[in-house]
Amino acid sequence: MKLNLAQWGNKLHSGEKTYPIVQQRKRWFIVSGVLVALSLLLLFTKGLNPGIDFVGGTEFRVTDTAVTEPAEAQDVVAELAPEATARVTILGDSDVRIQIGVVDTQTARDITTALADAYDVPEEQVSFTQIGPTWGASVGKAAVTSLIVFLVLVTIVMSLYFRAWRMAVAALVALAHDLIITAGVYALVGFEVTPASVIGFLTILGYSLYDTVVVFDKIRENTANLTAQHRYTYDELANLGLNQTLVRSINTSVVALLPVSAILFIGSFLLGAGTLKDISLALFVGMAVGTYSSIFVATPVEVQLRDNEQRIKDHTAKVLELRAAGDTDVAISATGDVRVGAVDKGRHQGAAAQPKRKNRKA
Amino acid sequence: MARVKNEARRALTWLGAIVVGLYAALAIGVVTGGASWTPALALDLAGGREIVLAPTLAEGSDQQIDQADLEQAVDIIRRRIDASGVAEAEISTQGQNIVVALPGNPSEETVDLVRQSAQLQFRPVLVSGAPGATTTDESSADASASAEPSASASAEADATASADASTEPAEGTDASSLDWVTDEVQAKYDALDCTDPENLSGVTPGDPTKADVACDQDGFAKYILGPVEMDGTDVDTATSGPEYNSTGTLTGRYEVRLELTNDGGKKFADITGRIKDLESPRDQFAMVLDGVVISAPSVSTSITGGQASITGSFTQESAQQLANQLKFGALPLTLEVQSEQQISATLGADQLQKGLIAGAIGLLLVVVYSLIQYRALGLVTVGSLAIAGAITYVLIALLSWTIGYRLSLAGVAGLIVAIGVTADSFIVYFERVRDELREGRSLQAAIDHGWRRARRTILASDAINILAAVVLYMLAVGGVRGFAFTLGLTTLVDILVVFLFTHPILMLLSKRPFFARGHKWSGLDPRQLGRDTMYKGRGRIVTGQPTLAERKAAAAGIGAASAPAADETRPEGEEN
Repeated sequence: MKLNLAQWGNKLHSGEKTYPIVQQRKRWFIVSGVLVALSLLLLFTKGLNPGIDFVGGTEFRVTDTAVTEPAEAQDVVAELAPEATARVTILGDSDVRIQIGVVDTQTARDITTALADAYDVPEEQVSFTQIGPTWGASVGKAAVTSLIVFLVLVTIVMSLYFRAWRMAVAALVALAHDLIITAGVYALVGFEVTPASVIGFLTILGYSLYDTVVVFDKIRENTANLTAQHRYTYDELANLGLNQTLVRSINTSVVALLPVSAILFIGSFLLGAGTLKDISLALFVGMAVGTYSSIFVATPVEVQLRDNEQRIKDHTAKVLELRAAGDTDVAISATGDVRVGAVDKGRHQGAAAQPKRKNRKA
Repeated sequence: MARVKNEARRALTWLGAIVVGLYAALAIGVVTGGASWTPALALDLAGGREIVLAPTLAEGSDQQIDQADLEQAVDIIRRRIDASGVAEAEISTQGQNIVVALPGNPSEETVDLVRQSAQLQFRPVLVSGAPGATTTDESSADASASAEPSASASAEADATASADASTEPAEGTDASSLDWVTDEVQAKYDALDCTDPENLSGVTPGDPTKADVACDQDGFAKYILGPVEMDGTDVDTATSGPEYNSTGTLTGRYEVRLELTNDGGKKFADITGRIKDLESPRDQFAMVLDGVVISAPSVSTSITGGQASITGSFTQESAQQLANQLKFGALPLTLEVQSEQQISATLGADQLQKGLIAGAIGLLLVVVYSLIQYRALGLVTVGSLAIAGAITYVLIALLSWTIGYRLSLAGVAGLIVAIGVTADSFIVYFERVRDELREGRSLQAAIDHGWRRARRTILASDAINILAAVVLYMLAVGGVRGFAFTLGLTTLVDILVVFLFTHPILMLLSKRPFFARGHKWSGLDPRQLGRDTMYKGRGRIVTGQPTLAERKAAAAGIGAASAPAADETRPEGEEN
């Protein structure tokens, strides 16, 4: 596998093998557009499934019990809080989770005692969480505020770093794409949205941009001296950069997803629902989508925006004109594709490239 | 080449010094007490009760809750909890919320202490005395006489008052009247021990229409106070500042200026008019916050106009503190329970254990993957991750000692996610070096060039991560903060490790023949990277083609098996 991936990487690097992602961007825009539209549709029709942290309620959790019968909990709740309906879930092989609506503190205490009794565990092993209805709203509000502040800051930082606002805009489009699709997946599957999932969503922000920055950095490097040459167009060079970072993108995603899937696995199979599962689920979906978007959304959008720039337009026209006239020395494959190579000529490295003398003082 | 080696060694020495320094700091902390070798755990891992309270103002109030008010509320809750004897309670503010974390399974009384809101009351002082409890069962007159060194008047008055004090005074009795000191109140006063910290906070205020006893907030005195005459709603605001005398020059002292509402101003004028001529301590006016006297200035003139100035031996801080307390008391503030969570110790331990297992599995997967992908170079990743782990661990342990950081489950998740982000820096770097090798550079030149380019990318992408972490930390609430904190911390550690470990190690390794010659298990084999020819310096290149001698040998049918390897064509003595 290694050998193949490395050789594949070599070909991608040299431009011998190129996936025309930028050239076929319309296709990817349609794919992403459909996914985003579906996600939005799901969000508006089916909606998210908010956890008790957002709607308020009480959750009990009995740990390490030998009795894992939902009926026991149903009985306790029916007796002590007749108006509430209990949702009982068995987590793992020895935990029971009971969710009911808002009850007063005294009832919560009584239920705790009764549950400990019913499940034959000491009272210390019964945990409970009580969430007032306003708490979730404040968590949500804080999340939205952080989102906006972060986006503003990141736009400034990226515009400064790349000295191109179009790159910042493209990165943000990719980011929005990731968030919407992740939320869409949540709506589709009906996963519960908890504050931990919100943490996951917010982390996607950083990750999605992080991934995009690496790709853009390579594109910027490839196109730094764009107008000094007339062999390749901006599209072709951007696509080359994209292909050159493909191996890294794959490696990065695998390395990032491995620990996340470890948490997801542990979280869902050993711990049952909880903070770990909620965070890792959002991250898993978000990172997967983030990798996709840094390749198939961010760069194509950036190129699309760039192509409207007069300087780039003129340059592209000039390159194509020269190429049509046969005045350039680009290699054209049998299928008519241009083989894109390095823009800069190789240069003599000079004395600096020579090995230093031994034992010379630094 | 000595230069490169020196540079690399210097970086590694720095790293060593930092790691040793951090662990030494922690060791000192452990020896001197206070610190622990393991990071402190938050409530969801250690078990306990967490209560999130949102201070809310009464309906229709146009006042604002500012940071000073929140801190005042936290201070009051902390005093109450400390007084109740619960150890290691954590009380902090998060945004506009107050988070109280109590370890273990606290009693209902303790939890109620947290929920109670503090009230500001103004009561006239009737009797004051030394803080200790009077244990003797002597008559009340004796008791207060012995308790009060200076106020003989009060003892006298007390004696007369207690003569017929078995019944409550009639309604409409002057609030400064000693008739309020009934036997019951006197007994309570005698029993009150203000040297016991339990009585210095969170005392449930007595019936506002009757006399009550209270301690000075520092435990220096105790008082019998008349019925409540004014409360927080009569106060508009309070400020502190340097004191000016009548000619407008600074006196060098500090004062607290109390501004009352219209209504409060009128009441205050009445009260001060009444008590200004009374004997000490009945000319004093006590401000009681949360059942404790925060100030009891004596009044010499009647104060009209709704503005009062409290002077005395204030420092700038104590004046500021009193002003904050009064301002806080003026807020019609109640603490609303937003969420309450009780985590059993077994659930916490279980979650921690599972979290650690998840982290170990994640780490193992990353290690295996990078070894497959980068072969021997993968070991550099493993080493870097190990160093990053060691630094992160000691930092978290140090931070839980110095700033009281608590590792939560969300924080653990942040750490696990960070494994991927940290490993990615190495991937960016290694891929860059490989790119340079593909362009035909020698390993050392490739590392030089690749590093310069990778460095920028790593810094840029880490900057984005840190930005995300800082924004989340500043703005978010609850678990999000724990997550953001570890994410930001590990990103910083990542930069440190890449600069001071991964890069220097790679520079040193590039000197080893194993890597320099591009052994096929080194992960830096130019042939696998599509380069058959490689510039070796001094005008020579290395090709994958067998040399003339080898071709001849092959033709002769000897040594054919070893011929394809390019190593033989390399001149010796390149690795210095």
